[in-house]
Amino acid sequence: MDTITLTIDGQQVEVEQGATLLEAARELGIEIPTLCYHPSLSLHGSCRVCVVEDAKSGRLLASCVAPVNDGMEIVTNSSKARIARRTNVELLLANHPNDCLGCDRNGTCELQDITHDLGITRIDFEGEVRDLPVDDVGPSLKREPNKCILCGRCVRVCEEVQGVSALEFTQRGFESIVTTGFDLPQSEVNCANCGQCATVCPTAAITENRCREKVWNVLDDDSKHVIVQTAPSIQSTMGEEFGMEPGTVVTGKLAAALRRLGFDKVFSTDFAADLTIMEEGNEFIQRFKGKKKLPHITSCCPGWVKFCEHNYHDLIENLSSAKSPMSMFSSISKTYYAKKMGIDAEDVYTVAIMPCTAKKFEMNREELQEGGLETDAVLTTRELARMIKEMGIEFSTLEDEEYDSILGTSTGAATIFGTTGGVTEAALRTVKEELTGESLDRLGLGFDGIQEASLEIGDQTVNVVIANGLANAAKILDEVRAGESKYDFIEVMACPKGCVGGGGQPLPTNDEIKKKRAQGLRNIDESGKVRKSHKNPEIKKLYDDFLGEPLSGESHHLLHTRYKKRDKN
Amino acid sequence: MGQCQCGNSAESKEKYFAPLMKILEGYEKKEKDLIPVLQKAQDEYGYLPQDVIKEIANQLNLSFSQVYGVVTFYSQFHLEPRGENIIRVCMGTACHVRGAGEVLDKITEELGVDDGETTEDLKFTLESVACIGACGLAPVIMINDDTHGRLGADDIPEILAQYKE
Repeated sequence: MDTITLTIDGQQVEVEQGATLLEAARELGIEIPTLCYHPSLSLHGSCRVCVVEDAKSGRLLASCVAPVNDGMEIVTNSSKARIARRTNVELLLANHPNDCLGCDRNGTCELQDITHDLGITRIDFEGEVRDLPVDDVGPSLKREPNKCILCGRCVRVCEEVQGVSALEFTQRGFESIVTTGFDLPQSEVNCANCGQCATVCPTAAITENRCREKVWNVLDDDSKHVIVQTAPSIQSTMGEEFGMEPGTVVTGKLAAALRRLGFDKVFSTDFAADLTIMEEGNEFIQRFKGKKKLPHITSCCPGWVKFCEHNYHDLIENLSSAKSPMSMFSSISKTYYAKKMGIDAEDVYTVAIMPCTAKKFEMNREELQEGGLETDAVLTTRELARMIKEMGIEFSTLEDEEYDSILGTSTGAATIFGTTGGVTEAALRTVKEELTGESLDRLGLGFDGIQEASLEIGDQTVNVVIANGLANAAKILDEVRAGESKYDFIEVMACPKGCVGGGGQPLPTNDEIKKKRAQGLRNIDESGKVRKSHKNPEIKKLYDDFLGEPLSGESHHLLHTRYKKRDKN
Repeated sequence: MGQCQCGNSAESKEKYFAPLMKILEGYEKKEKDLIPVLQKAQDEYGYLPQDVIKEIANQLNLSFSQVYGVVTFYSQFHLEPRGENIIRVCMGTACHVRGAGEVLDKITEELGVDDGETTEDLKFTLESVACIGACGLAPVIMINDDTHGRLGADDIPEILAQYKE
């Protein structure tokens, strides 16, 4: 590869041909502010916040898209560049509602940060502030086009990373707006509700649809027995909301904080993840032995399930019929648990803390609302953090507390559900031991978007593949459709890197942060005494006392579900 | 807005989409075919109903929003039914100075529709345009391919009458 030598702020740098000025500057440790640029997405160059000056021509170049040339002399912070940057941001602000105080992203807004960093204290331009309708019809996401700065990150993530393209630039000129086909509510189109748009949005133009009020109200209602379940990944992400390093394990503080919020019992979705493994693992064994409905495809990710229903409904049969851990937990909380505690099932109110916006959609799925087995409220990691702050709890100094039994007991296998490859690894630990009596400790998976592994089980080989990001999943599924796939087991997580990269996780985020979060979960697994789902004592008890055995009639009734075909568009 | 009138039966749906399928036969059904397909579909259906846009997206393996994005970007595409006669009122500088505003007001009054709208009987669609390049005839309007120039508001009823039969 040819290299290019150029000078940036008086320092010489050699970079590969085709690199951008922004990349070259970062090579030298020179930071240039950006807004529409996102490291995981294609280049856009629309906001002009990253302009730098070409000293030879005096021209301003958008550094995120401008390619390097030999002998270039670039000044990143000339007064011309700084004034242009400020003006460009001021022009954005001239059309922005600027109602930061009541805004969901106050404190995590990139536009707000840049305004502050560039020293903008007043806006000299008076622009038209639009009054477009808010889309908060769906359970998962809320769109406020008035706050949109047309950076196109959501459009790009939805197309490039997720292969969904629910959102697109429409109209033109001053009328331009990012929206769905015919401006339909996002919940009525092919959106998977994954919330990646919300995680890349620099402002609050797309956020989760909140339901904190509902939870506050029920916490005040003495007639309800309010229990909470926390998803596996939250243990290594919640700390970030309180200034802790990404990946810090805060399981004990989380339990303590939830108790202070007033939940009657503090439980963990990890318990139900172990249960999912028991059901799904056995389902896979059945399919694998009978060579039926293979490849087996995981179904615990609600974003993936909806994507599959829209785009690959011919493969619905291959999806595991096991409910997700969240929904299994809720079903068990309203049957086994209520009975055991001597509480009327109708008085049990189950709140789920999820890294995910699509879980809000899952909760509302018709078939999961049947029989009084539903989850009653889903809060994202971010929403729970707000509640903890509102209560004035000093999270980072809380003494560690334990989760409650019986629905708070879990294994390392369950914890790694929160990261890409975790479900597969957890399932295979149990599958291998069930089939051969031999133990499996590590599959040795990394964090790539698509990863393969194969495992000898007795005299047979199980071929597995893991995809995170829906566009990656589509590649694997296209192979299955074409009859060219060799896989027996396919795990799909809609969000890049799995739930640690979920649409409801703390902001800001990037690949580095997601890897640290995932490492946190792996550390919990590795330090745990019990690392296999079938060894969870409370799970054994649940089967002995209540369900019988995996895939029993009662299990099917309570722990399995069905899917439906949805229109492609 | 723009829902097809085909009802729900598979048979009537097939009938409704038959002309579109015929159009698509001439194409590879790739992304590059989008604009010509939209143009031909609009010629066929008179405008681009929601169901037609959705079907085009499905057939070309694009998302609904992507096709909607293209349709709303170009002013040549229409999401609402269009009138039998398209009236274009020139609002260029020369026409403006010579009273295009009054001409537009008179047409609005006569037809009972605003700029950009279509009459209920689908006879007329009224549009103001930037300049039709006939400044010597200012103020000027076009109805379909006919040019009517040097107009006063009083001339309007008679002109419209020619298209009302």
